[in-house]
Amino acid sequence: MELKSRIPSGPIEQRWERHRFEMKLVNPANKRKYNIIVVGSGLAGASASASLAELGYNVKCFCFQDSPRRAHSIAAQGGINAAKNYQNDGDSIYRLFYDTVKGGDFRARESNVYRLAQISLNIIDQCVAQGVPFAREYGGTLTNRSFGGAQVSRTFYARGQTGQQLLLGAYQALLRQVGAGNVKMFSRTEMLDLIVIDGKARGIVTRNLITGKIDLHLADAVVLGTGGYGNVFYLSTNAKGSNCTAIWRAYKRGAAFGNPCFTQIHPTCIPVTGDYQSKLTLMSESLRNDGRIWVPKKRGDTRPPHQIPEEERDYYLERKYPSFGNLVPRDVASRNAKAVCDEGRGVGSELGVYLDFADAIRRWGKQSIRERYGNLFDMYERIAGENPYEVPMRIYPAIHYTMGGLWVDYNLMTTIPGLYAIGEANFSDHGANRLGASALMQGLADGYFILPYTIGDYLASTKLETVDASHSAVRDAETGVARQTNRLLEIRGKRTAASFHRELGRLLWDECGMSRNKPGLKKALQRIPELREEFWKNVNVLGSGEELNQALENAGRVADFLEFGGLMCLDALHRNESCGGHFREEHQTPDGEALRDDTHFSYVAAWEYAGPGKAPALNKEPLIFEYVHPAQRSYK
Amino acid sequence: MKLTLHIWRQKNPNHVGRMVLYEHNKVNRHMSFLEMLDVLNEELIAKGEDPIAFDHDCREGICGSCGFMINGVAHGPQRGTTVCQLHMRHFKDGDVLYLEPWRARAFPVVKDLVVDRSAFDRIITSGGFISVPTGNAPDGNAIPVPKRNADLAMDAATCIGCGACVAACPNAAAALFTGAKITHLGLLPQGQPERYQRVLNLVVQVKQELFGSCTNIGECEAVCPKEIKLEVIARMNRDYLRASWTRRGDALRNEE
Repeated sequence: MELKSRIPSGPIEQRWERHRFEMKLVNPANKRKYNIIVVGSGLAGASASASLAELGYNVKCFCFQDSPRRAHSIAAQGGINAAKNYQNDGDSIYRLFYDTVKGGDFRARESNVYRLAQISLNIIDQCVAQGVPFAREYGGTLTNRSFGGAQVSRTFYARGQTGQQLLLGAYQALLRQVGAGNVKMFSRTEMLDLIVIDGKARGIVTRNLITGKIDLHLADAVVLGTGGYGNVFYLSTNAKGSNCTAIWRAYKRGAAFGNPCFTQIHPTCIPVTGDYQSKLTLMSESLRNDGRIWVPKKRGDTRPPHQIPEEERDYYLERKYPSFGNLVPRDVASRNAKAVCDEGRGVGSELGVYLDFADAIRRWGKQSIRERYGNLFDMYERIAGENPYEVPMRIYPAIHYTMGGLWVDYNLMTTIPGLYAIGEANFSDHGANRLGASALMQGLADGYFILPYTIGDYLASTKLETVDASHSAVRDAETGVARQTNRLLEIRGKRTAASFHRELGRLLWDECGMSRNKPGLKKALQRIPELREEFWKNVNVLGSGEELNQALENAGRVADFLEFGGLMCLDALHRNESCGGHFREEHQTPDGEALRDDTHFSYVAAWEYAGPGKAPALNKEPLIFEYVHPAQRSYK
Repeated sequence: MKLTLHIWRQKNPNHVGRMVLYEHNKVNRHMSFLEMLDVLNEELIAKGEDPIAFDHDCREGICGSCGFMINGVAHGPQRGTTVCQLHMRHFKDGDVLYLEPWRARAFPVVKDLVVDRSAFDRIITSGGFISVPTGNAPDGNAIPVPKRNADLAMDAATCIGCGACVAACPNAAAALFTGAKITHLGLLPQGQPERYQRVLNLVVQVKQELFGSCTNIGECEAVCPKEIKLEVIARMNRDYLRASWTRRGDALRNEE
């Protein structure tokens, strides 16, 4: 497989502009002749659907939830970055670009990241115009805060519900186009396969989750904005329904999968309480701006926090990283939390550290803290049953975001012509670690301002034959989906899909989670196929395929996670270095920091499906750094 | 902890539903309410019985997917809390709970505790937006918004579209939901150009979806997990009244 990244040449500041000029345009009157499918209605999918429809394309948008407003982007709390420099603190496009490349531990493409930083300005403008109620100063201007891993205040926010407000903006823009007849919305509909004809993506096979009906949708291009695969770990901060089915089926149809082992662990989540736990809840890392993280100095210190005197507390992030302190990037904060818990200094059920607001409350007053974090404190109290104004929060890292995803070129097109991946579903901009408040930025950049231009170039320069449902590739995809559904329903074994999912998740968390090593990954690679085999012999899915059957939906997703988990471990095993969220215990500095190997691993690993039971092929896209020169990250 | 659960079971919209009794004795006080149902469902599957269908997704109170009545109260006894965030520590050993889906003509039951809330999407489609195509925006700071208005707009914009307001209302009115969107957009300078046309469009759509009329009972405010205030309904009514005088022609056209 040839990986053509299509990165424009020339000075980095001018690449995107030049590229836009060089791309072919579709005549306005011809746009309505093209049909585009967008799967997913989160920030990326909804913004892309709305923008494409505004341009005049015929769009069909699909989501598995009952309404496009419920996509998981809605749960993002902290904010969205933009290099506006409204705070006059020295921010710039170049600085946002630099921070993102460095934060990603030099495993992202410079050109993509620069474009992202440029577009960040337009995103804020667009969202404000849509009526997103960002936080304001008394004079009426927009306010900002600093956010994990950044030393400037460039994060725009709407209380602790920034994702919700941005998504509602995109959702409203999407529904405006639904009302105008330019988008047809398919809610409670799940994509189960991709249709590829003559090497080009030409449609999808879906299942209506209410009636169970399998349908075909043909189009000129297909866009996947279906989010990340964090739920492969079972417990994550993702919504219960988030899944990798769409991107996994696309992979099996020929789209290369980029860097699957790059997963992000978020340092501030509410710790696990029991086996019944269904998901983990994130506490926005904006809390780290005012909260101080500590554990007792002594091992096994079970005194309640207020009885531990100041001199017996270890504010380990402030101690080890004096210049960034509690604001070190997520991977660093997470690994350090694990390290102190491994030393036996964890609090609560031993897997937790304190996030303490006592100092901030003393300094700013309870009211001021309530204004900043009120909804997060309330959420914590509801879940943990403790009042964080009085008792320090207990937090522990959890899987949160996946930097890996379908490999895409500069135009966001996968290795299948006509198939695009946007938002978290692609691998592109965050390298091996994503900075806080950058996911919302990337999703909206892809959907509002990149894809609408690049997809036109493809349509204008590609000859697309008319296809219809009688084509053999269409029939194959359709019968394949029906066969899998029937197979799942016929097994009637002894275990639920959820129990397999929990076992897989536990295995991956232990062997391919916050830190990884060769024997552990080998063990996981041996165990996953066994688990998969047992799944297909012993899973129990009741009911039929012709009705709302949540167990059946879930079983299909778990089946894909059982395959995907193997690829993730394989990638983690092959990447014999530590970088960002991928921490291989064999490769660390004497004080426990990630040790990259730029000589051998400065590339994107793009895995190519080779058929059932065959080892996938590894393709490499070399990463070239012309502007930000790789150095070991230091937050000391 | 042990609980006695009476849960509404209905195979599909065409079947007649009924309450079914379940004794649940594996309840842990740290579980969320939905985790309690997950455990019950695993047991049902093990016994070969159809698990209980309920909508859920984020399980952190923001997506608006979940929601059903617990002993007649939408989202259950804890104020300002969706059912996914409600924890079993708020219940006692031996409690008897009745779980029913949202009941409203505009929200037909799909299965068990799952209802069809697409009427809410159609209300937004009718005009719950600011018409600003991508690329048309001035600089973010070119539109100053008084902090107070931004804060009030945000209070209204926190609506998660769960439908509890409709379920709690004896009239099954969608006034809190609709008023929240009208308030959010109507308080912002960006929302002014379409302010009065918007309220006309939305109110007419609400009527077409067969939601009831608001009679200021206030049950909606009491159950709203985001604690949206009745004030948004007053703002909607004020804007509607003004729109129906100043834009009488539009109002009549809309009614047709």
